[in-house]
Amino acid sequence: MARRDRDDTGANPDRRQALECMVWAGTGVVWTVSGGVPCSLGLLGSKPAMAADSSFSFVQISDSHIGFEKPANPNARATLSAAIDKVKVLPVKPAFMLHTGDITHLSKPVEFDDATQLIGAADLDVHYVPGEHDVIDEARGEAYVDRYGKAAKDPGYYAFDHGGVRFIGLVNVVNLQAGGLGQLGGEQLAWLADNLAGLSASTPIVVFAHIPLWSVYPAWGWGTQDSEQALALLQRFGSVTVLNGHIHQLMQKVEGNVTFHTAYSTAFPQPQPGSAPSPGPQVVPAEKLRSVLGIRTVLFKTTSEPLAITDTPLSAP
Amino acid sequence: MRRLLSLVLGLAQLSLAVVLLATSPRAGGQAQVRIDNFSFGPSALSVASGTTVVWENGDDIPHTIVAADASFRSAAIDSEETYSFTFPAAGDYVYFCGLHPFMTGKIIVSP
Repeated sequence: MARRDRDDTGANPDRRQALECMVWAGTGVVWTVSGGVPCSLGLLGSKPAMAADSSFSFVQISDSHIGFEKPANPNARATLSAAIDKVKVLPVKPAFMLHTGDITHLSKPVEFDDATQLIGAADLDVHYVPGEHDVIDEARGEAYVDRYGKAAKDPGYYAFDHGGVRFIGLVNVVNLQAGGLGQLGGEQLAWLADNLAGLSASTPIVVFAHIPLWSVYPAWGWGTQDSEQALALLQRFGSVTVLNGHIHQLMQKVEGNVTFHTAYSTAFPQPQPGSAPSPGPQVVPAEKLRSVLGIRTVLFKTTSEPLAITDTPLSAP
Repeated sequence: MRRLLSLVLGLAQLSLAVVLLATSPRAGGQAQVRIDNFSFGPSALSVASGTTVVWENGDDIPHTIVAADASFRSAAIDSEETYSFTFPAAGDYVYFCGLHPFMTGKIIVSP
C-alpha cells in the first residue's frame, strides 16, 4: 500500500488533529510509525515530552485471557496485573482504557470476576469489546453482554465521544460462518452508517474491535470478511485509527487516511503469520515472556507532526 | 450333554452377534476426530448412522464444534476435553469451529 502523507489529504492543513502514541513508562520502544510507516526504533526507557497542546491520552490493553494456564503463560492473572501496574504509573493519568477483547479464556464467571478486579486496580473507566473467547458461555455471549454490554447494542457495539474524537467499539466475533473470518454483519454495518451520518469529516475517529479489520492472514482467520464495508463508510474522514487485538503481536498498516494497529496481549504471544503450524500460543523462555507482552498508550493532540505510535512491553527483551 | 448343548447354543448366539456387528459396521459405535494445530483429523470422516463421533481437543486453545446447518453445537472444548454427538440419520454434515471458523470438517453418515 502506497504511503500517503497526511498533508496530501488537504484536510485541515494547518491544525490537523491526530492521534499519537507514545511511551512514557516501560523499557522498550518497539515501533515508531511516522506518517504511518514504521521508520525507527526508539530509545529504551526514554520519556518523550508530552506536547503542550495535547488534550488527553488513553490506554489500550488486549487479550488478557484470564483463565489461561498453559505452558505459554501459566499465570495470565499475574501478567495482566503487571500490565495494570504499568498503567498506574503513567506520568499523566489516561482519560480511560480500551480493552480490545479476549478478557477471559473461557467466558467463565470467575474469569470475568478476576479480570474486573485486576483491571479495576487501574481506577479508570474501561470500554470493552468482546473477543471470541468472551462469548463461549452456554448462552453464547450472554455473560459478556450482562457485564459489559448493557448500554450497547446487542451483542455489544457502541460509540462514545471524548475530547472531540468519536470512539466506535465494534463486535466481529459472533455468528461466525463456516470457512469465514471475523464478521460485523449487516445490522451492525447499518448502525455504523447511521452513527457516522452527519458527522464532520474532520472529526477524528477511533475504531476498536477484537479481530483485525484488515486482512492480516486469512489462512489463520486473521481478518474480518465484511470490514471493507465498514472502511468504505469511514473513507471520507481525515483521521481514522483502527485498534485491534486477537493476534497477540504488533502490526501496523496505512491505507489512505486509515491507520491500523494490532496490540500486544497481556497473556501470551502468538507466532508471526505462517511461521508455525498453527496460530496457537507461542511458548517463549519464561524470562522473555514479558518482553512480548505489553500495553499501548495513545496520546491525542492537535499537531502538524506526522502520526506516530509506540508500544510498551512489560519488560525489556 | 445339556451343558454341551447350552455351550453350542451360546457359541451360536455369539457368532450371530459377531455377524450382525460385521454387517453393520460401527453402528452404535464410536469414531474419533482429533483436533491438533487448529485442524480436524480426519477432516472428512465416514461413519454409519447411529455412530457417536467424539472430538478431542489437543490444542492449548479451546475450540467449539458447530454444524453448518445448526443441527448440533458444542460448548467450549478446552484442552484434552471432548465433545460427542450421535448421528441418527444419513447425510453429509459440514461443521466448523465457532471460534476459528476457518477450521472446517465433514462427517459423512451412511444409512
